[in-house]
Amino acid sequence: MAQPAKSEAKQIVDNGIEKGAAGLTEDRIQAVINRVIKGESGARLKVYVDTCVHCGLCSEACHYYLSHDKDPRYSPVAKVKQTLWEMIRRKGRVSVDFMRRAAEIVHTECNLCKRCAMYCPFGIDIAYLMMVVRRIVHLLGMTPQYIQDTAHSHAAVSNQMWVKPDEWPDTLQWQEEEARGEIPTLRIPLEKEGADIMYSVIGPEPKFQAQLIYQAAVIMDVAGVNWTMPATAGWDNSDMAMFTGDNEVMGRIKREHYETAARLRVRRIVMGECGHAFRSVYDVGNRWLGWRIPPIPIIHAIEFYHELLTAGKIRVAKKFKTPVTIHDPCNVVRGGGLHRMARDLAHALCEEVVEMYPNCEHNYCCCAGGGVINCGPPWKNKRIEGNRVKADQLADAKIRGAKVLIAPCHNCHSGLEDINHAYELGLDIKFFGDIIYEVMEKPEA
Amino acid sequence: MADVSRWDWEIGTKAIPFDAWKADFAWVEEPYVSPDGERIAAVVNLDDAQFSVCVNGRAWEGVFDKAWYLRFSHDGRLSALVSEDGEWTVAVDGETWPERYGYVWNTLFSADGARVAVAAQQDMAYAMVLDGVMWENRFANMTHFAISPDGRHTAATVQVKETGEADIARFQAGCYSVAVDGDAWDSVFTNVWNLAFSPDGAHLAAEVRQGLYDYTIAVDGRPWERCFSSVWQPVFHPVSGAVIAPVRLEGQWTVAADGAPIWPRRFVQVWHQQVSPDGQRLAAIVSPRYGYWTLAVDGVPWRTTVNEMVMDLRFSPDGRRLAAAAKHDGRWTLLVDDRLWSQRFDQIRPPVFSPDGRLVAAVVETEGRFGLVVDDRRLPQSYEALWQPVFSPDGTRVLVRGIEKGTYRRQVLAVDQLLA
Repeated sequence: MAQPAKSEAKQIVDNGIEKGAAGLTEDRIQAVINRVIKGESGARLKVYVDTCVHCGLCSEACHYYLSHDKDPRYSPVAKVKQTLWEMIRRKGRVSVDFMRRAAEIVHTECNLCKRCAMYCPFGIDIAYLMMVVRRIVHLLGMTPQYIQDTAHSHAAVSNQMWVKPDEWPDTLQWQEEEARGEIPTLRIPLEKEGADIMYSVIGPEPKFQAQLIYQAAVIMDVAGVNWTMPATAGWDNSDMAMFTGDNEVMGRIKREHYETAARLRVRRIVMGECGHAFRSVYDVGNRWLGWRIPPIPIIHAIEFYHELLTAGKIRVAKKFKTPVTIHDPCNVVRGGGLHRMARDLAHALCEEVVEMYPNCEHNYCCCAGGGVINCGPPWKNKRIEGNRVKADQLADAKIRGAKVLIAPCHNCHSGLEDINHAYELGLDIKFFGDIIYEVMEKPEA
Repeated sequence: MADVSRWDWEIGTKAIPFDAWKADFAWVEEPYVSPDGERIAAVVNLDDAQFSVCVNGRAWEGVFDKAWYLRFSHDGRLSALVSEDGEWTVAVDGETWPERYGYVWNTLFSADGARVAVAAQQDMAYAMVLDGVMWENRFANMTHFAISPDGRHTAATVQVKETGEADIARFQAGCYSVAVDGDAWDSVFTNVWNLAFSPDGAHLAAEVRQGLYDYTIAVDGRPWERCFSSVWQPVFHPVSGAVIAPVRLEGQWTVAADGAPIWPRRFVQVWHQQVSPDGQRLAAIVSPRYGYWTLAVDGVPWRTTVNEMVMDLRFSPDGRRLAAAAKHDGRWTLLVDDRLWSQRFDQIRPPVFSPDGRLVAAVVETEGRFGLVVDDRRLPQSYEALWQPVFSPDGTRVLVRGIEKGTYRRQVLAVDQLLA
């Protein structure tokens, strides 16, 4: 590790953390920590804790560490040291202030991006260790306010944006109507039992970005896909409860998603361009329920679009002219290995693809993922400051000609927009769906 | 339930040319078939923003801006959700309810099919509507809709307290309850999910969360004394009236009745519990070890497991036999009485027992073609589309409803000949 720079921590008050801290006792903290460590975390935790040799090689992997001039407090191993190791060493007997700081570290100084796991000589998954602490934070009621509110939304209405049950099919019908202005026979088939594909999205799409549903419907229609969307709960594949450590709500919404697909008798689920939801549906949420693999096959939009292009179901009328660069979302690239497919797709759609470095599985996180952006306004500036290296990386790609940034993940989009704005990068950020919609052959209206 | 004995059980075939409709309309959407097989229906487009419903080749008189969620009730009445001039209502057999709403969705039928309910939004307030009559009380939000088996009552999870944006303390203190026929329980909860009426419609049970961590079942507004780390949807025992639900204890699942665990064995997962029609047996879909699934009867798991999914648990009418759809290594089959069928399929529909429980049938799909399998024997005929088979009350005949080469066929076949 390099010599640390000096920096002063700014005091940020989060109502969620403070609400939990109020009235908390060391006895209760100790009981919860020991319950999680002894009762919920098994061999995996023990192996990780016993194996780490404190070498610090994970440090250079972390965008927070790099963005804070190699301040060792932001090193992944230091985040474990400041939280879980200390809890274990003190047999759970830690103070309220300790937990306050632990909540801040695990929720706002780590995106669970797993880049550090690749730099660890033993492959220790520090993101998992952070998740264990988030579980403790949840059970102590200290989760930051805004992401806790999102978890409440999941629990109350089965989606992350408080979309009410009528607003969902109403929005789909509105987008169907809009799209019929372009393709008069277009349908967004609702509740069509036996369709080949159930298309699932995340809460922000009907709430703020309904044009993405429009675009997806056009792509599906032109490609001749036999598809459907549910009109019921279960349409949202996202999962902030996974990131708050509320495993019970996580399991509840994952069950609803898969059982909706099973009820509709679809062959598989195609999910929109979301990263964290991919992690939840294929790894974390399904496994908490006892499904070792997804019970209904599920693929990310990158794979689906790649499939449509490869099979000739959609054709490029004219390639996208503006030079693009590709941001590799952690969950679908480090987690899902889709970086090659994303590049095939970009090259098939665009005239010029400028690589950013580091890239593929070594890419820097957007700093929004892992629920960090969902911690809301109190933490926004800290989040942006914590990813200066991303701005440098993007600026380098821009210098080499990139003008459009493709980010096939919703959280990445939002986080990169903040980086783009704060560091005045002037990139235009798009989804693959935006580009496909723009360049594909479409029937004349 | 519908009186199946009054259906036409004469051996023979009735045909309706379904694809021919395409010449009469701009487009024809996916078809639905009545339980007795006598009618096939689809939403059809007449022109720009002009929709109707076509039944056996004849369109309803009404033309709507939108029409969707076409569903036959158990006694064969056909409903659709329709929109005219930006307002929504329900059309039943071509007649629209006179009332109009901001939006309607989630059609529910009573067990006999005679009563129709929907969830409705009017002026951004929510209530259930039963046969065109809306609850007097409206709520700020509404989820998890239910109708009693006799169709006399409707219920839903309702938001009874306002909560500000990101007001997590108020949310956790409880803003949700259950309204039955528009009257909310006195009790409030952090969350209420998945309601279940008793068979007589007099009681209602639901999953509730009190605060962030304490899950239990509330019956008529009163939560069980004991809480768990999670619960799934309850059911009422049809004989004793006990409320039975899967509960999570120390990281594992079991089944509880009236608040007390009744299965000594713990599982990785337990859900979709069901009491046999005679009330003698309790079965559930379970995961006895991580990644493996089967059924358990009275707490004892079957030996046969599959490695992906089990769903659609069904008892035979006499309660002696059990079957469920099961997925193993990416392919579906039927799990019947602790044995898997020998054949594997791309997809399978819920199992159907004959009235005497002797036979079990299922619609299966392979490479886009549908077929009927009875007791693990696939019948030779294949179809473009196929609906659930129905056995005659005496079990000697089976009604097969399918489309082949664009023609819908209602076939009554003799079971003995099928299996000969």
